[in-house]
Amino acid sequence: MTDANLGAAAPRQTLSAAEARLKKRHRAERLFKAQGVAAIIIAMIFLVVLVGRIVTQGYSTFQTHTLSVAVYLNPERIDTSDLSGVNYDYIVAEAVMKKLGVQDDDFGTISTKVQDLVSRDFGFQLLNKLKADQTLIGQTVTVTGPLKADADLYFKGQIERSTDEGDRKLDNQQLDWLDKLQKDGAITSGFNTGFFTHSDSTEPEQAGVLGAVVGSAMMLLITALISVPVGVLAAVYLEEFAPKNRWTDIIEVNINNLAAVPSIVYGLLGLALFINWLNVPRGSPLVGGLVLALMALPTVIIATRSALKAVPPSIREAALGVGASKTQTVFHHVLPLAMPGVMTGAILSLAHALGETAPLLMIGMVSFVPGVPEGFTSAATVLPVQVFIWENASERAFHERTAAAIIVLLVFMIVMNAAAVILRRRFERRW
Amino acid sequence: MTSILNPLASPLLQGHAMTVHSPDDSTRAPATSTAAPATADPKIKARGVKVFYGDKQALFDVDLDIPAKSVTAFIGPSGCGKSTFLRCINRMNDTIPSARVEGSILIDGADVNAKSVDPVVLRSRVGMVFQKPNPFPKTIFENVAYGPRIHGLATGKAELEAIVESSLKKAGLWNEVADRLHQPGTGLSGGQQQRLVIARAIAVSPEVILMDEPCSALDPIATAKIEELIDELRSQFCIVIVTHSMAQAARVSQRTAFFHLGKLVESGPTEEMFTNPRDSRTQDYITGRFG
Repeated sequence: MTDANLGAAAPRQTLSAAEARLKKRHRAERLFKAQGVAAIIIAMIFLVVLVGRIVTQGYSTFQTHTLSVAVYLNPERIDTSDLSGVNYDYIVAEAVMKKLGVQDDDFGTISTKVQDLVSRDFGFQLLNKLKADQTLIGQTVTVTGPLKADADLYFKGQIERSTDEGDRKLDNQQLDWLDKLQKDGAITSGFNTGFFTHSDSTEPEQAGVLGAVVGSAMMLLITALISVPVGVLAAVYLEEFAPKNRWTDIIEVNINNLAAVPSIVYGLLGLALFINWLNVPRGSPLVGGLVLALMALPTVIIATRSALKAVPPSIREAALGVGASKTQTVFHHVLPLAMPGVMTGAILSLAHALGETAPLLMIGMVSFVPGVPEGFTSAATVLPVQVFIWENASERAFHERTAAAIIVLLVFMIVMNAAAVILRRRFERRW
Repeated sequence: MTSILNPLASPLLQGHAMTVHSPDDSTRAPATSTAAPATADPKIKARGVKVFYGDKQALFDVDLDIPAKSVTAFIGPSGCGKSTFLRCINRMNDTIPSARVEGSILIDGADVNAKSVDPVVLRSRVGMVFQKPNPFPKTIFENVAYGPRIHGLATGKAELEAIVESSLKKAGLWNEVADRLHQPGTGLSGGQQQRLVIARAIAVSPEVILMDEPCSALDPIATAKIEELIDELRSQFCIVIVTHSMAQAARVSQRTAFFHLGKLVESGPTEEMFTNPRDSRTQDYITGRFG
């Protein structure tokens, strides 16, 4: 019924009906807006909870407690012909016992309990000092190093006296010692630089993410070097050069399907193809990068194709119209215009690859690697796998390190995404 | 009504105005036309040109001669095949996968569809200007310099700069952009962009310039400038222009060809076409009875 058909007899009624309809429309609009706001609030709450939990669990890793102690390098205990074989841990324990004013008993229980408080890092420091200068033997040197993780946790309030003595790692006597050391000013707290300069270790206080960060960077380099050029060129060919026929349709459908294949399947493929057939060293950044490149390829191709599709056809016509060849048209005009989209797609798929864990488990990257990878073919670990390994560790101190490693991973990703934004701005400035 | 009859004074009508043209429009002689010479030795000679898009035939047996150093206008209702025929001349239809061209189009006696003809070389001889101004998203200088650069027309920087300057001068744009050659071409106004595109086409020294409704996206003042420019360029190039505006065809062209439903209905000197059309369909179209 249109306005023209409305009889003049009932104008008031229709007016109110129209008003009611209008009200209903406004109500529907308000409702829809409210739903949208609610959806955003829910999403934000989840994000805050997620980030908040990780940060609250992990931030304590970035603080650490160190002990300074004067160590007498007793010549009786040091065999100069075998410096590496010396029991430095006991020498350090002696120094700490002296500071605490306690004596070891015949069974060595006191020194063992003291050794539970002090990192083995002290011993390594002494060894290095002696290797550099043997004249230190017989003298007293001051050594500063981390406390053992459990002692560190006590100062962070994660081990409490109120807990039953049998249920905690440190007994009352050890806690008394720690309190005494702190009162004497031997223990200081500070930023945990070791977390960023050390690689994985069986001792939580010596474990860091450096090896994993370097491993991730190396693996990502391989992934980028393979997936971006191959993906972009494949997309350019499919979008600009390939004839549109049944074969290219099949290829397109398959690329779209590959983007949805579970990542662990790529891990199996990598295991069969790269490790068993091509004999690429397992667990290396090279094989990890290759597998992730396979995984990232479909996404890069799809992103590049849509970026190319978004370039107005008038630019192609303009270039062809002045006599540019097809290749010149694509590489002088179309691809540069599509570059912001290509870069965004590529970096986002690389960021996705960075966080991937499952396929790496299949190709043997889940192993304890206590150092920075020496090359692309040596064993390495990467950040998400490091998180996985630490999460499964039994020591309590690894739990906070797990969260801290997640924070490092997130920062790595934020840096990459920021790079994507900056790159896009830069390329867009060329109109 | 008088203002409508004077095409230059009533630029508002251009582009979309053909349905309101009065019959009297046809009586107005083209302002700039000198009677076109008889086409004894045409620049472009089309014989039996047929174009198919897939199974659909878009153009039926077009025979047409286009003389050098004059303006030839293609008119006709939408979808009549005039743009399709234009795009055959520089083989832009090659870029449409389903398009198929039959028949022969000779430029100076050489078939453009011959296997030996490289479309890249052909398009450097036959420039094209499109409906929507489409400068490259680069600087004004780069826009004009691109063609000469890829065809290796300049040996040095100085020579390239000279080509750019002379092309912009020929396109009547030099005075407006001389001090901002290194600013983006996309920052110009629509009319300036279209003249920039013409300068870009001129820069590779083509023999033929094809224009596909070059003024349909422009305002009346910009349109008048382009039309003036076309008239100036006529002395150096063979210009073929597709237009929806019969007033424009009357103003700028020496010869006119009328297309209808994929067929070339009639062609001849513009004056004759508009005053004394031979075919009744031409008569109906230019008097605004359909289209």
